[in-house]
Amino acid sequence: MPKITYISHDGQKNIVEVPTGLSVMEGALQNNIEGIDADCGGSMACATCHVYVSDNWFNKLEKTHDAEKDMLDMAYEPKKNSRLSCQIIVSNDLDGLEVTTPVKQI
Amino acid sequence: MIKTDAIIIGAGPTGLFAVHQLGIIGLKCEIIDNLDRAGGQCIELYPDKPIYDIPAIPECTGEELTNGLLKQIKPFKAGFHLGQRVEEIKKENNLWTVKTNKGNTFLAPNIIIAGGVGSFEPRKITLKEAEKFEGSQIFYSVTNKDIFKNKKISIFGGGDSALDWALELSKINQITLVHRRSEFRGAAHTLGEVKKKEKEGKIIIKTPYNLKSIEGDKTMTGIEIEHEDGKLEKIKTDYILSFFGLVMKLGPITDWGLNINKKTIPVNTETFQTNKEGIFAIGDICTYPGKLKLILSGFHEAALAARACFARAKPNETYRFEFTTASKSIHDRLGLKK
Repeated sequence: MPKITYISHDGQKNIVEVPTGLSVMEGALQNNIEGIDADCGGSMACATCHVYVSDNWFNKLEKTHDAEKDMLDMAYEPKKNSRLSCQIIVSNDLDGLEVTTPVKQI
Repeated sequence: MIKTDAIIIGAGPTGLFAVHQLGIIGLKCEIIDNLDRAGGQCIELYPDKPIYDIPAIPECTGEELTNGLLKQIKPFKAGFHLGQRVEEIKKENNLWTVKTNKGNTFLAPNIIIAGGVGSFEPRKITLKEAEKFEGSQIFYSVTNKDIFKNKKISIFGGGDSALDWALELSKINQITLVHRRSEFRGAAHTLGEVKKKEKEGKIIIKTPYNLKSIEGDKTMTGIEIEHEDGKLEKIKTDYILSFFGLVMKLGPITDWGLNINKKTIPVNTETFQTNKEGIFAIGDICTYPGKLKLILSGFHEAALAARACFARAKPNETYRFEFTTASKSIHDRLGLKK
């Protein structure tokens, strides 16, 4: 099962196994990882599962859709490497993926 | 003070259908929402996006769904109290008193919380210094545009609100429009107009920039914005208008002594009652084993909560299950002509 690393804004690492097919957001919720709120439940209607993806991983992800970019405008301190974790689907290729959660979600 | 059988908090699809289910069984209700129109997330987050999983409606937008529900509940004449948030609830002699931030008070044996993920509030600028200028030089909505005459205005955001206000205010002043990326997500026509104004020098567009700091002690004198590549730029600014959309916050609901688990309220699935007698929770805000955050689940929850309200609203009457196809009393409540 792919391992996903969730890094909190103050550097704490949580490495958990997430089944392929789930989103990085769902992986966080199922493992009680703090820092990802996911208020809308994954319908891309909020921006509270916002994460920063390290540069080497960012380019390996599927491209950010326009609707997600629009939603990221609403995120807390979005950066170039911002993604909504509900839109990153875990696959074997993403084994080892590292995402960092922002200081807060709203 | 308004006395009624049930007070519904939240006018999203679930809250609206609760009006219907209460009305069908002869109960009166009042409905309160912080937004200034009914529809909740449907109308605020995705008015134009199609929904495909409403039974018997293959496809409809959030706006169409809301309008359909409003039409369906019209016969029940529920009181709508929009643009206000419930601040306080209190129990006296088995009845709940509900107060809103606009000073309205309600009295009822039942409260149905259909609050979704909380009430919508403008997303604020995250810089600490922004707080002290909020309401004087920093605004998240415009109530009086006269104050902007001959002032230096910086507008933040990339959606329709930011573009619309940039256009509107560019008639009286030069406007600086700042957005974190080069693409805007507003309507194509509006964006075209904004580009036209940019050529005329009426609007200066700064992308991809973020707000870095706010200058000034008692009075804001300017701002500093940061380019994606780290380059800084100062802009003299008297007023900031910021349109970063809305966030949902549970707000005062957390102070009412309800059990809350991960921003949701656990309920008994027979009645949808919370841990407080006479307070029910339905829709996205409630949780129970197997809960799905679907509109259709909210409708089912509304139907059961309404029946549970009956016993508290009319303790001396017996509730009798009836179908809308055959019941004369339901037809009367719907105002159908014989």
